Amino acid sequence: MRTGAARPLSRSRRLAGLACPGASGVAAVISGAAAGLVALALLAAVLAFAMAQPKGLPEATVAVPAAALTVLLGLVSPAEAVRKARELGPTVGFLAAILVLAHLADAEGLFGWLGNQLAVASAGRPTRLLGLVFVAASVTTAVLSLDATVVLLTPVVFGTAATLRLRAKPHVYACTHLANSASTLLPVSNLTNLLAFAASGLSFAAFGALMTLPWLLAIAVEYLVFRWFFRPDLGDPVGVGHVVPAAGWGAAVPGFALAVIGLTLVGFGVSGAFGVEPVWVAVVGAAVLAARALVRREIGPVRLVRAASPLFCLFVLALGVVVTGVTEHGLGAAITALVPIGDGPSLPVLLAVAGLAALLANVVNNLPATLVLLGALGPGAHPGFVLAVLLGVNIGPNLTYVGSLATLLWRRVLAGGQAAPTLREFVRLGAVTVPACLVVAVLALWLGLTVSRGWLV
Amino acid sequence: MTPSTVVAWITEGTWQATVDAAARAAAGLDPVELVLLHVVDAEISEALHGAFGGLLGRGGRDRDPGDAVASLADAESAQLLAAAESRLGRPARREVRVGRVEREVVAGCVGATLLVCARDGDHSRLGPRSLGPHTRFVVDHAPCAVLLIWPDETPGLRSIPPPPPPPRPH
Repeated sequence: MRTGAARPLSRSRRLAGLACPGASGVAAVISGAAAGLVALALLAAVLAFAMAQPKGLPEATVAVPAAALTVLLGLVSPAEAVRKARELGPTVGFLAAILVLAHLADAEGLFGWLGNQLAVASAGRPTRLLGLVFVAASVTTAVLSLDATVVLLTPVVFGTAATLRLRAKPHVYACTHLANSASTLLPVSNLTNLLAFAASGLSFAAFGALMTLPWLLAIAVEYLVFRWFFRPDLGDPVGVGHVVPAAGWGAAVPGFALAVIGLTLVGFGVSGAFGVEPVWVAVVGAAVLAARALVRREIGPVRLVRAASPLFCLFVLALGVVVTGVTEHGLGAAITALVPIGDGPSLPVLLAVAGLAALLANVVNNLPATLVLLGALGPGAHPGFVLAVLLGVNIGPNLTYVGSLATLLWRRVLAGGQAAPTLREFVRLGAVTVPACLVVAVLALWLGLTVSRGWLV
Repeated sequence: MTPSTVVAWITEGTWQATVDAAARAAAGLDPVELVLLHVVDAEISEALHGAFGGLLGRGGRDRDPGDAVASLADAESAQLLAAAESRLGRPARREVRVGRVEREVVAGCVGATLLVCARDGDHSRLGPRSLGPHTRFVVDHAPCAVLLIWPDETPGLRSIPPPPPPPRPH
């Protein structure tokens, strides 16, 4: 026991000694390019572990020690790390509340009901179903975040298409695409938005107002491309007796969940006027649904806590500290050198920022990409740039079907010699939609920024 | 005498017409084994595994929608083939394959006498657009005879665009 305890102690002393600025030449050992490389290596380790998740271990397993190391090595001062954690705390709480809200809405039967509504309203016709899936996936993503669309809505949509004996692919791919490209509307639509929301200095309503046109146009572009791309799969089924569900088919209306979600949304919209942080609105909404589910014994406390993904929240905090180490040692300056953000949000600069964000999101993952880019932009950046970053990191991941090249390579490694499906179709689809959506959305953002100058931004 | 094997490729949307055509084709063959083949497209669940991976593991692996969809797909596949066999009105071997649709169909036809399948594209006019990419691949690569049916009414010759005008004499 004694020797076991002594080892980490001596090691941490060594690290503390290295980190202490006044002592034995720390700055000389870890400074300049070396510091940048060490910070990058730590970030790479955190991300590699998060993507691989060996033995199903949580992402925080490596991220928290890496964050501690970032501070111990002096890459980020303790005060700065605490400031970063404080800054991210409400964001992470916001995410947890939204995850719980979506989980409980599902437990109330929201998504099963939605699937039935889609089946009935589509009357068994594939093009009509596609239109309805576009509406359902866009609204679900905007209100309950992309996690809800990917995890909760997509299986329901697949089940609906299969029950109607329709080819599921266009409808399922619509969900996965819109989980990204329709996640730009509200701060709650994507974790990336929540992270940027605080940095943008915008109110919840102003954020939504500026992002409405980019959101609508990106969805419209996706819809047109899907209708063209999947035209062989969207023909009406032939033969007598294909499945046409009757009205009243299926589950009861989850009125309570719908009402709570509706009121939460209204609360977000008016929170600014009352000086209330929108995170509290989300917490109240989640608490109301949780209280009802707990009283009715539909969920236990353990599952409720799991729904909030506490370890993932811890991962985000730790990742924030690790990324700060990277941006403060070279990467931030390198990125700002690439785009001349000092000139104000002109259309070419907005396009460059969004393009760079999309590229970075595809190389690593949009979560670290957002943290890196926000760090590079620094506090007080024009909200237009922050929103352009979000368009890039949110729409961009459709280019690689797993959200990033790093994940793609890892999946290849996992598959080993076995030929994992190459998903050429999905990649071709992304190659068409992503550039088109990105350009159209940035144009719409620029228009919004120009029109609203002086009263929104 | 070795029985002939007739494979009917069952797809959503056109399966009834395919089953009927397979029944007619098999009627003239004796002995004959009928195979009802359905392919579960592995790209769909793989795309969902990918989308879930893009969330960086939020919510734990037990919530992976790719797994949920893969098991749903198996169940729906079994139901579709049961409906097809009941329409056929005679015993048939049901075969479900998982993978890339067009390649699995071709692999499923090895040793078969005949493949029966339906045009899966625009069936309102005669022409190349009546075949989607999967069916085109299957027709091009099938290792047996192919009976390619129109799933509903066969369009008339008038649906072919008129030929280009003859070149003007110089």
